[in-house]
Amino acid sequence: MQTFTQRLANPTQFMRLSARLLPWVAGLAAAIIAYGLYLAFFVAPPDYLQGEIARIMFVHVPSAWIAMAGYALIAVSAFGLFVFRHPLADVSAKAAAPIGAAFTFLALFTGSLWGKPAWGTYWVWDARLTSVLILFFLYLGLIALRSSIDDETLASKLTAILALVGIVMLPIIKFSVDWGNTLHQPSSVLKLSGPTIHSSILTPLLVIGAGFLVLFVAMHLKAMRNEILRRRVKALQLAEVARAASQVVAPAE
Amino acid sequence: MSGFFTLVGRDLRLAVRQGGALGTALGFYLVVVAMLPLGLGADLKLLSRIAPGILWIALLLSALLSLGRVFESDYEDGSLDVLTTGPLPLELVTAAKALAHWISTSVPLALLAPVLGILLNLELVAYPALVATMIIGTPAVSFLGAIGAALTLTARRGGLLIALLVLPLYVPTLIFGIAAISAMLGPDDVAPPLLILTAISLGAIVLGPLAAAAALRTQMQ
Amino acid sequence: MLLIAENLVLSRGGRTVIDGLSLRLSNGEALLLTGANGAGKTTLLRALAGFLPPAFGEIRIENENDDRELGELCHFVGHLDGIKPHLTAMENLAFWGAYLNGDSSGNGGDRLTRALNKFGLAALADVPAGFLSAGQKRRLALSRLAAAHRPLWLFDEPTALLDAASLTLLIDAVNAHRADGGLVIAATHLPLAFKNAKEVRLGPKEKAA
Repeated sequence: MQTFTQRLANPTQFMRLSARLLPWVAGLAAAIIAYGLYLAFFVAPPDYLQGEIARIMFVHVPSAWIAMAGYALIAVSAFGLFVFRHPLADVSAKAAAPIGAAFTFLALFTGSLWGKPAWGTYWVWDARLTSVLILFFLYLGLIALRSSIDDETLASKLTAILALVGIVMLPIIKFSVDWGNTLHQPSSVLKLSGPTIHSSILTPLLVIGAGFLVLFVAMHLKAMRNEILRRRVKALQLAEVARAASQVVAPAE
Repeated sequence: MSGFFTLVGRDLRLAVRQGGALGTALGFYLVVVAMLPLGLGADLKLLSRIAPGILWIALLLSALLSLGRVFESDYEDGSLDVLTTGPLPLELVTAAKALAHWISTSVPLALLAPVLGILLNLELVAYPALVATMIIGTPAVSFLGAIGAALTLTARRGGLLIALLVLPLYVPTLIFGIAAISAMLGPDDVAPPLLILTAISLGAIVLGPLAAAAALRTQMQ
Repeated sequence: MLLIAENLVLSRGGRTVIDGLSLRLSNGEALLLTGANGAGKTTLLRALAGFLPPAFGEIRIENENDDRELGELCHFVGHLDGIKPHLTAMENLAFWGAYLNGDSSGNGGDRLTRALNKFGLAALADVPAGFLSAGQKRRLALSRLAAAHRPLWLFDEPTALLDAASLTLLIDAVNAHRADGGLVIAATHLPLAFKNAKEVRLGPKEKAA
């Protein structure tokens, strides 16, 4: 009797299971995000300083959460590739990178839009924004490294090494950016320290965060399915080449 | 361990014999630093204020330029295969090569920095701080850079890619390098940034060779 | 010493190159790997040198009171020479001798001189290796064999770039090594005059079996 994870490790089983799961996960994501947006627009009060514009944080903050979660997922997948040699680990890492990068970009983009009314400029070297920007660079590095190596097995292992180096360096980078920031700028406008947030703001944030998380899972499942299909097509093509080659060689033997 | 110093010695000897690599890195450093006042305007006050940052960033770029060759020549001429069959673990091979890069490239760049500081009107009192932070901080540049060099060994567009992969990893070194210089010049306590800079370099000396060796191993199959 | 490979499956770039190969080689034996290009000769050699972990099966060495890894027991002579043009022939060899022996004491100068002599390079000891001809560089790479003792010698196309006289030097060295109980495995296109060498032909048939 195989355990659940062992069955999941089998790409065929994964394809069957994910096909059944995907519509439900996608639907759930849509429902949660819709509810979260309702809370954000109709329940949460406008910010007493910034007015309606502050509502952009309901997209900005959850995007930043998912951006970090996405990188953590890639690092866990990389670990799975090296330690457990899980056949789906690299599929997961590869599929997660562009999605994570997209959420990171969304966080930066919304942060910049928010910055114009809040700070009077589209970009401020605020510690949080800077950390997210560097996270974006790490995502770009993963994608660029993979795209510049033709051998897929090699590409998977090298990007996994880079992802693990990244996850080790990320807290250090975050720490150093925070340090540099306190040195040069006294405090940022974006202080959202836990207890001071009112529940009417915190609830929609958490709901949309959960919605984005489920959305990420749905997109990740879909991207993994695409990647598995692409690999199958490639394997079939290689088999075709091998068969043709053996037919040419055979008479000569 | 003796194989370690044999390898460091060979790489240093090669660096001296070839010469070109260091000359190019130093020349690049000079040109980048000289270009900046042309772009920023020759306001001496402004230049003297941002000089430590300019010198650090240009140093990172110059070191990057030479990092690509760290494993490349050994890979291309087959030496890497033979190095792997030695009694030295691959982690120490990568450490030896990163150490040789630090001695042959990063240290000379750090020593050139005060000379370039003159071009930027850097205050004289800042010179010892500048060189000290660079000597302490640059092991991270060579050892983290070795990761990028190893990862991009067989990649297309290796040269550009290495910058994209490695520069974000240099952020802590850059920030604390600058912080240490500002602390030495200002009223702040210099010990914390300097100690953190040291810690980052020590961490890089461990992380770099491990990751670089793993990357080389997969590419030598 | 005994080299054993069992049910070896090797894959490169997601393609299975060697499928279910078993080998057994004991003291003084030589093995020639033949087969068409792409049949997996180089892949097998790289696996034997410890560069490529097998996808399945195992390679092991049974050697009394010696538990070193495969890589540390072999000399790997591939297509590339591993010679630095900016170092002299002697410096190149001295580095490899010291590095492979894990000995930086600078002793063993005699051994290095003898190694250069053996491959007819004594007169070129102080010439930068960049000035050597391709054949001379090849011989310098081979002189590594004599500069550090390793029981297993792995060659990938050793005849490439060697003229008849140099080939004789190589075969003499191989014979002496085997007489000492060493093992030799060579991948080759051309017949090599190793005495009583076993032969394994790699190719599509091997894969089908």
